[in-house]
Amino acid sequence: MNRLAVELPGLSLKNPVMPASGCFGFGREYAKLYDLNVLGAIMIKATTLEPRFGNPTPRVAETPSGMLNAIGLQNPGLEKVMEEELPWLAQYDVPIIANVAGSTMEDYVEVAKHISKAPNVHALELNISCPNVKKGGIAFGTVPEVAAELTKLVKEVSEVPVYVKLSPNVTNIVEMAKAIEAAGADGLTMINTLLGMRIDVKTAEPILANRTGGLSGPAIKPIAIRMIYEVSQAVSIPIIGMGGIQSAEDVIEFFYAGASAVAVGTANFIDPFVCPNIIAELPALLDELGFDHISECTGRSWKKGGPTVYCGA
Amino acid sequence: MKTEKMTIVHHERIAKNIYQIRLAGALVAEMNEPGQFVHIKVTEQANPLLRRPLSLCDINKEADECTIIYRAEGAGTTLLSQKRPGEMVDVLGPLGNGFPIEAAKTGQRALLVGGGIGVPPLYELAKQLVKKGVSVTIVLGFQTKEVAFYERKFASFGETYVATVDGSYGTKGFVTDVIDTRITSFDVLYACGPKPMLKALEQKFPNKEVYLSLEERMGCGIGACFACVCRVPDSETAYKKVCSDGPVFKAGEVVL
Repeated sequence: MNRLAVELPGLSLKNPVMPASGCFGFGREYAKLYDLNVLGAIMIKATTLEPRFGNPTPRVAETPSGMLNAIGLQNPGLEKVMEEELPWLAQYDVPIIANVAGSTMEDYVEVAKHISKAPNVHALELNISCPNVKKGGIAFGTVPEVAAELTKLVKEVSEVPVYVKLSPNVTNIVEMAKAIEAAGADGLTMINTLLGMRIDVKTAEPILANRTGGLSGPAIKPIAIRMIYEVSQAVSIPIIGMGGIQSAEDVIEFFYAGASAVAVGTANFIDPFVCPNIIAELPALLDELGFDHISECTGRSWKKGGPTVYCGA
Repeated sequence: MKTEKMTIVHHERIAKNIYQIRLAGALVAEMNEPGQFVHIKVTEQANPLLRRPLSLCDINKEADECTIIYRAEGAGTTLLSQKRPGEMVDVLGPLGNGFPIEAAKTGQRALLVGGGIGVPPLYELAKQLVKKGVSVTIVLGFQTKEVAFYERKFASFGETYVATVDGSYGTKGFVTDVIDTRITSFDVLYACGPKPMLKALEQKFPNKEVYLSLEERMGCGIGACFACVCRVPDSETAYKKVCSDGPVFKAGEVVL
């Protein structure tokens, strides 16, 4: 038995740990450092219809136990991702989750339609929560009706299951999650970054050229845990959890909250080997905690010893 | 490129807020190019979270040691400045593409221009150029006398000039003021320092072979996070990453 294997819609994962979108590019940089085959999956950088340069620099600013970023969805565009990045990634036996972004609903639909046809794309991650673009992104992720409408449109054209990436920048995340589930989403990924800002004490100017950016890193972990805890009890679709994960212990905490798999984001920037290290450490931690299989951990903070819903093979 | 816990073998303050740290470890065997940098995690805690990109100043392969000079400015570098010999720091590197030594041929003259905390990588560069038989002239610019360093060390490689903005030491003004009055000829120019300085040098020598080392806020240091991109001339979408395509670029390759 593979104690780490999990089954999610569209995804048979040898382990539940994957790099989060925007923190791993298209894998090329990390492939120089380790064999990407060890990863459960890869969430590739957000892809838009046309190439995007993104925002001016500075694009990052450090904060207590976290960082702000305002990259602005820089990517080479759908065509190049389809012709160069995805075929290159096909050398690895790792399912790809394609993060889909756009400025209009039509953009999302168009990208989803094409990218879901790539043989190694096993699921889509609908990015309705990027806080760093003027049009689109978070604008689709803060009004439940809009998010539901977009989910429905993308579901109609996608050839693979659709996960929707939730923004924490909402008052009621449960309401949002339920609307997206009702619209036909196959799963949720959460959380994206929190909108934040830093101002230079000497110049009184915002540090980021974009003024505001998305806060990530260990600073946001308690928020992610709380939101997953709430949402996982309110929906029956699985959750891929993310937000400040740095260690195997963090992974278990996300599972306890209600996640069925996890993504590691900012930690890749600090320790490029963090994903393989966490994967290697998980079995010993399961032993220590007395679990046979990692899926036993899902929702443990609120379940009363009932059966685990998304059980692995 | 690897990560290693390197041992601090020497650590001293050499000017106001300027520190010189010498690290020992197997990683030194991989360090070759002047202008490359290492990414240092100054604490095992989550705060400050990110690594600090610091350029290599001196590579001593025989001793498995490298020297880095940095300015203690923010939370991370201040924490680093409090570390003592015997302690370890987590180092990722070497990263980036350094100055091309091959651009200057034996017998030619190279002009090395450094500004402030951009001065350190020129030291290993001067060392390697001189070893190859290239003559070097060095121009160093600092804000003021109390933050100036390494003039005498550079003087062992070639003629060395210093400028300070406030005139408290050397020529009053910028490195370009020294170049205007003192420098007659050179074949290749290598520079590292603040962007306005690099821009001035690029504009001043449009017909020379010029290599510029850029500084930018970085996230990962390996090209994955897209924090440190810069534009490429005449394109809306083309870009280079300072960390992995640079930090050294040929003049004109990227928009400063």
